[in-house]
Amino acid sequence: MTYELPPLPYAKNALAPHLSEETLNFHYEKHHRGYVNKLNQLAAEKPAWAGKSYEELIKTESGVVFNQAAQIWNHTFYWKSLSPNGGGAPTGKVAELINEAFGSFDAFKEKFSAAASGHFGSGWAWLVRDDNNKLQIVSTHDAGNPIKDGHIPVLTCDVWEHAYYIDFRNDRPKYIATWWNLVNWEFANSNLNQQRSFL
Amino acid sequence: MMITSRRLLNNAAKAPSRSFSTAKKFSLPALPYNYDALSPVISGNIMELHHSKHHNAYVNNLNAALEQYADAESKNDVGKMIALQSAIKFNGGGHVNHSIFWTNLAPTKEGGGFADPKFHVVQAITKKFGSVEAFVTKFNSQTAAVQGSGWGWLGFNRNTHDIEVITLPNQDPLSVTGLVPLLGVDVWEHAYYLDYKNARPDYLKEIWKVVNWKNVEERYLEASKK
Repeated sequence: MTYELPPLPYAKNALAPHLSEETLNFHYEKHHRGYVNKLNQLAAEKPAWAGKSYEELIKTESGVVFNQAAQIWNHTFYWKSLSPNGGGAPTGKVAELINEAFGSFDAFKEKFSAAASGHFGSGWAWLVRDDNNKLQIVSTHDAGNPIKDGHIPVLTCDVWEHAYYIDFRNDRPKYIATWWNLVNWEFANSNLNQQRSFL
Repeated sequence: MMITSRRLLNNAAKAPSRSFSTAKKFSLPALPYNYDALSPVISGNIMELHHSKHHNAYVNNLNAALEQYADAESKNDVGKMIALQSAIKFNGGGHVNHSIFWTNLAPTKEGGGFADPKFHVVQAITKKFGSVEAFVTKFNSQTAAVQGSGWGWLGFNRNTHDIEVITLPNQDPLSVTGLVPLLGVDVWEHAYYLDYKNARPDYLKEIWKVVNWKNVEERYLEASKK
């Protein structure tokens, strides 16, 4: 069984002018595809874990295998967290839960932006649903994924430099401001219906 | 009683006053060469961003953290002092690492890339790794494998008097390992992305053309002094 790179949910130029076609080209074809290629290389030696789903690998593996599997999963989730028709204020269940957990969308926006800008080094900022069905903001380092802590991911923002360097250079806060123009609330709502366990 | 009052007076004179520690201000060191001096190995575009934006931000954030730390210290707020430690490590480490890095590089016309066989450090490298090429291969392979952001280092071990290749995550300075830094290579994406995109191994292959071996030798001689 070979691991496949899931297709991008939209054309490479679909997120422009917010995120350029050049960024999507490199981010998807080089970085995301690179993780899939590497995982397949490792799987070719027929280790015990070969054939397990990304979620299983995230839960059970560590080191270089975890890094590839988690990064494949994280990036797939990231592409879906964005939409050419995204942006604006949340609606539906996620809007309710945001108000409950953070008081208001603006308060949530400020907190999430701070978590994303303030994360030191490579990583991800997540909106997750925790054990008590409450929304929380968590950040993970490098390839870290909140499934490992039993959270249900709702949205993510990639803060590795490769996610924003072409379009924003060192200006991560400006990139995050742009992320809000693309955020896919429909996807967030669909994740709220996820079962407890990802397996 | 007289003795008690004298003791009280003495104690009052020794009572701890507001801490005098004013936060030291660190500053961005000047580059020893122009922004485009290392081109085409590292473009002027990257050098300018790397020095004037990234390194500068570490310096500014370090100073801000230290100011807050001094304030917390003056209020005996140990909890706040502890909370500031990670910001001091991130930004202080960033400042230390980049300050070393700029001196570790030089334009080819100033000796960049030339590992003079007369250098003691080059001899130590040859002795330990077989050749400079073998050392570079090992250094590059370890450094390319850094997950996320970090640095590759050649360090000097004062206990064993040996040189070691090691990588560290984020902006952790080499000092956390006890090794003395001789040569560091930044593999945060900002160090190479505009020129090499995701091809970190290509960047690592090229950077040796501008490694300032004179500086590595100076650091080695200093570190290995008895």
